Amino acid sequence: MKLFTETGRYLLMLKGMVSKPENGKMYWKEFMHQCSDIGIGSLGIVVIISFFMGAVSAVQTAYQLVSPIIPKSTIAQIVRDTVILEFAPTLVCIVLAGVVGSKIASELGNMRVSEQIDALEIMGINSKAYLVMPKILAALLVIPMLVVVSAGLGILGGRIAGTASGILSATDYTKGLLQNFTPYNVFFAMAKSYTFAFFISSIPAYYGYNVSGGALEIGRASTKSVVVSCVLILMADYVLSALLL
Amino acid sequence: MIEVKNLKKGFGDKLVIKGVDATMQAGKCNLIIGSSGSGKTVFMKCLVGLFEPDEGEILYSGQDLVTMTDEQRKETRKQIGMLFQGSALFDSLTVEQNVMFPLDMFTKDSYQDKLKRVNEVLDRVNLKDANKKFPAEISGGMKKRVGIARAIVLNPKYLFCDEPNSGLDPQTSLVIDQLIKELTTEYNITTVINTHDMNSVMEIGDNIIYMYQGEKEWEGNNKEIIFNKNEKLNSFIFASEFLKDAKDMRMLEVKGKIDNDRNMDELLNSDEDVLNS
Ligand SMILES: Nc1ncnc2c1ncn2[C@@H]1O[C@H](COP(=O)(O)OP(=O)(O)OP(=O)(O)O)[C@@H](O)[C@H]1O
Ligand SMILES: [Mg+2]
Repeated sequence: MKLFTETGRYLLMLKGMVSKPENGKMYWKEFMHQCSDIGIGSLGIVVIISFFMGAVSAVQTAYQLVSPIIPKSTIAQIVRDTVILEFAPTLVCIVLAGVVGSKIASELGNMRVSEQIDALEIMGINSKAYLVMPKILAALLVIPMLVVVSAGLGILGGRIAGTASGILSATDYTKGLLQNFTPYNVFFAMAKSYTFAFFISSIPAYYGYNVSGGALEIGRASTKSVVVSCVLILMADYVLSALLL
Repeated sequence: MIEVKNLKKGFGDKLVIKGVDATMQAGKCNLIIGSSGSGKTVFMKCLVGLFEPDEGEILYSGQDLVTMTDEQRKETRKQIGMLFQGSALFDSLTVEQNVMFPLDMFTKDSYQDKLKRVNEVLDRVNLKDANKKFPAEISGGMKKRVGIARAIVLNPKYLFCDEPNSGLDPQTSLVIDQLIKELTTEYNITTVINTHDMNSVMEIGDNIIYMYQGEKEWEGNNKEIIFNKNEKLNSFIFASEFLKDAKDMRMLEVKGKIDNDRNMDELLNSDEDVLNS
């Protein structure tokens, strides 16, 4: 029952946020600000985790492929596909749900508690449109970009780890990367990124925007939004895989 | 002018505003006084539409805020300036950007013009040299003044102030009161002020509404309030022994005058400032 009311309120918020901007220039400014906040702000962590997840998947794949019949280049092929299909979109988005999500929830929660949202409303500004929409749009633009960067770095990480530990040579790795490449996988990864980006931004925005009470509630909203968006990401991951693969 | 008719608002099953009728006059400072928790903030938030009232009408120049369409409401709100009890400045913006924000949003003026206007209002609230500071870097009283500056920057038709001088020293308090009063008469603004500061009440109370546990208990102006016969109001105003004594002394003094040359009603209805004559 509570699930239905929450979903209803969430959808109402999404609906309420669609309106004509009071001033396009200010909305654009806010959008750009959010893009740099979300994009630049989480670039560091994305770079680090992508590199290591590529490295780890190269080493572990090699460990599992013990048969001498299988050519070494297959390792590169497997690294490429797992990184593109699963690791880059899902793992990165789960991490971003923590980094970006808690930031959005606490920022909006703080604005709610300290009456800054009320102040916007009093000025005659649609606070949902001004505060929530730019965040969602920025996430939809920037997060898929981060996923692409992450996929590239993951593959690079696999190569460095593979050659450094003597598992396979750089030429084998490059050869493997070019074997049986399916562009559809990239499309699938992008479909996932857009879906997850929407969750990562809209769920925390919902919880943050509707905080009531004090500072304690902000923390609670931020935790809850991270949990809910992670669960939704994993569920959507399954649904999309079942549908699209 | 804002007319409030039979306004009711509750949270859960607890009624906070229990059917209030009031008229906020244009060009006057309309004060809402009452002890902490009497519902002043809730009442004001209903007036501006931040809380949906459970019952009643709120007429802005005859138009009911409750039944307005979103567009009409937006238009009305552009004429409203509000100072919140906690100032509600935007944390991520500097003082200057905070005050400029409504201008950025609703005017197409050049940056130079906007900056000129911002400095003008900051000057009026006696705040200089704080332009580049962030809200976290200024004192509570300064925040209040920035909040006022932001509220008046677009020349509103309706001004709402929730405790404009709580947390200010008596001198700054007076400056703020005078400023609000000046603006109100100068631009014929309908000003509504929540306060429990008796200085303000005496200085600027053109129309005073005393709220007691969500009900309007008394209404009058700053001349009448001294001589009021309402017990609850009197125990609210003259809370300290010192004030009680001061009042009694004053009463004796004034009384002598009344007995000597005119009766009380005449005095109350005249424009003369009884206490300062
Ligand atoms: N959002 C809310 N939810 C539930 N109850 C509320 C809410 N806001 C206010 N109240 C209740 O309404 C009553 C009046 O509160 P209000 O904030 O209007 O008091 P006030 O007169 O402004 O007091 P103060 O002078 O301390 O600011 C209080 O009993 C408070 O508990
Ligand atoms: Mg209050």
